[in-house]
Amino acid sequence: MKIRHRTLVPFDPQSTTRLREEQHGLHPDDVYLKPGRIPHIWCPGCGLGVVLNTYINGLKMAGLPVDRTAVVSGIGCTGRVAGYLNMDTYHTTHGRAIPFATGLALVRPDLTVTVFSGDGDLFAIGGNHFIHAARRNINLKILCVNNFNYGMTGGQAAPTTPVAARTTTTPYGNFEHSFNLPFLAYASGAVYVARWTTFHARHLVTAIAESLTRKGFTFIEVIAPCPIGYGRPNKLGSGLDEMKFYRENSLVQNDADPREADIGLKGKIIVGKFIDQSRPTFDQVYEENILKKFTRSA
Amino acid sequence: MSTPGILTGEFFINGDEASAEGAIAAGCRFFAGYPITPATEIAERMAKRLPQVQGLCLQMEDEIASMAAILGASWGGAKAMTATSGPGFSLMMENIGLGMMTETPCVVVNIMRAGPSTGLPTLVGQADVMQARWGSHGDYGVIALAPSSPQEMFDLTITAFNLSETYRLPVFVLGDEVVGHMSEKVIIPPPDRIPLVTRKRPQPSPECYLPFQAGDDLVPTMACAGDGYHVHVTGLTHDEQGYPVITAPVHERLIRRLVDKIRLNAAAIIRTEDVGLEEAQVVVVAYGCTARAAREAVDHLRARGQKVGLLRLITIWPFPEERIRRLAEQVRAFIVPEINYGQMVYEVERSAQGRAETVLLPLMGGAIHTPQEIVEAAEEYLS
Ligand SMILES: Cc1ncc(C[n+]2csc(CCOP(=O)(O)OP(=O)(O)O)c2C)c(N)n1
Ligand code: SF4
Ligand SMILES: [Mg+2]
Repeated sequence: MKIRHRTLVPFDPQSTTRLREEQHGLHPDDVYLKPGRIPHIWCPGCGLGVVLNTYINGLKMAGLPVDRTAVVSGIGCTGRVAGYLNMDTYHTTHGRAIPFATGLALVRPDLTVTVFSGDGDLFAIGGNHFIHAARRNINLKILCVNNFNYGMTGGQAAPTTPVAARTTTTPYGNFEHSFNLPFLAYASGAVYVARWTTFHARHLVTAIAESLTRKGFTFIEVIAPCPIGYGRPNKLGSGLDEMKFYRENSLVQNDADPREADIGLKGKIIVGKFIDQSRPTFDQVYEENILKKFTRSA
Repeated sequence: MSTPGILTGEFFINGDEASAEGAIAAGCRFFAGYPITPATEIAERMAKRLPQVQGLCLQMEDEIASMAAILGASWGGAKAMTATSGPGFSLMMENIGLGMMTETPCVVVNIMRAGPSTGLPTLVGQADVMQARWGSHGDYGVIALAPSSPQEMFDLTITAFNLSETYRLPVFVLGDEVVGHMSEKVIIPPPDRIPLVTRKRPQPSPECYLPFQAGDDLVPTMACAGDGYHVHVTGLTHDEQGYPVITAPVHERLIRRLVDKIRLNAAAIIRTEDVGLEEAQVVVVAYGCTARAAREAVDHLRARGQKVGLLRLITIWPFPEERIRRLAEQVRAFIVPEINYGQMVYEVERSAQGRAETVLLPLMGGAIHTPQEIVEAAEEYLS
């Protein structure tokens, strides 16, 4: 067959330097952001900006150089975090950030690999990968932004959607029981389990820094406003109103039993560091029990 | 404990085991998989052998995870492989697409059994040929190799790694149950006699590096994790910088390159084995285990002085359409035995452009062709 192509529009290399020179570097934290990527895609009032910011500050607090880190995301509004961070970042397929990150982390034990993704991504389509990576105690830092819905696709129900909450696929109110994520993470074997809301930015920074320095599978749930997908149908007001709600309804209970950490539509939210323990990681056990049997000369 | 390391010498092993050894000889140090007949022996061999060469074999929770894990390992700089059969190959499709879109070198071995669905778990099939070509959604070029013996399971697994590192994509080894489970002599040459390719790494400073800008070969250099280039790798349509740009012109540029890097390099990629094609009036086109019966049939007819040839496809994708087109000018018929209801035959018929008859010898799976039925099919077109 003959092919008659359209004329290609060539890549304009100037476009990147232009963006870099015009915008980048005005803020001291810009070194943590990929040049030319801001403005971001998130809605006004979205909690994701706070989470991105706390992650950057968590990195700083942990003293981790960006060249020794990588971020892997799945798909969703949260999944877009990867694309803004100025480090090696991988925006994978829906639900598959953890197994991708597993391969990356296991061949590169010198890197600290964070998985940044949404509640739907990590616990609906990706739920199986989560429990197995936790069971194996792979050295991954999981940051789950729980906005109680699928933000990216327009506000459908997620496995975290509280009973009675309205979403576009639960128009009469959700009647399915939702996951208690800290309990799930703990039961699956996570060595560090915490939950904070975007209102608790300072606690969150500390938690991120802590998790980055722990060895093994760590889990932080960040409750975040999604005024568009979740706030509106449930009459929760603006992003700011949701932040006020978090302030008034969060109970800080470090060391709380994760079994007690269920979240209802308008009830109290238990936050804090629930689990901080240590157990041999996959790489440690593999190195000790398997690799040492064979000489290095191979 | 003594360490066997990389093997050299003559071995009596099955095709699955040979594929695992080929991977190790090619430098593969990461394997992720999920047990499935008739590919399990690859995972088992890797589980035993990879630690001996300081590698890692991981049994994942499913094939979706296995495929994702080898992509991650590849971006970590490792040569990585997974192996499966039909049901697992179906599960891998989405992340195969991610591998194509992000141009991630790795090898996916599919030891074909008969489907659809669970089908004949322990018996042979060749019905994943079109799935290998088109199985993940969207447009992309693919490379698939079809070994016909345990020796080729070894050789072509190495070739698959080399092609994946050269062209930066997941490369398929489409074996089948017969070739995977049959044991034959496999010769493993000394390591210095095995040519290996590793991906081109970037030269420029991070400020100037465009991770998805390619030169004339249409293949960009690859900066792996920790190299300091801060690359963004996404399954979204992206520009040369790796940033998501969701527009038709950028998509046109990217997808054309993903297809063209294989299409325009097809001549360098394609390998066939040719038997008696010069004077042939009838050409049998076959691949995998079926090529063994075809070879027997062709040898038999040629011993009787018949002008019959064999075009054995070692590379099945890209398809050697130019070869078929030229042969079609000279032959009366192409005979295509396949263990499916017609897949490769469509390519043969398309490429023959009506100049020669194309005859399919289908077999739904669970058995192999007899040389006799191929002989009889060819005889109809011989004077
Ligand atoms: C296999 C597959 N199915 C469905 C989708 C569509 N999809 C994109 S994002 C998303 C849900 C994201 O929800 P969540 O992980 O909670 O992220 P959020 O947008 O809320 O941050 C879905 C279903 C997809 N991209 N891939
Ligand atoms: S849909 Fe929700 S989660 Fe997504 S950007 Fe908008 S507010 Fe944020
Ligand atoms: Mg969500």
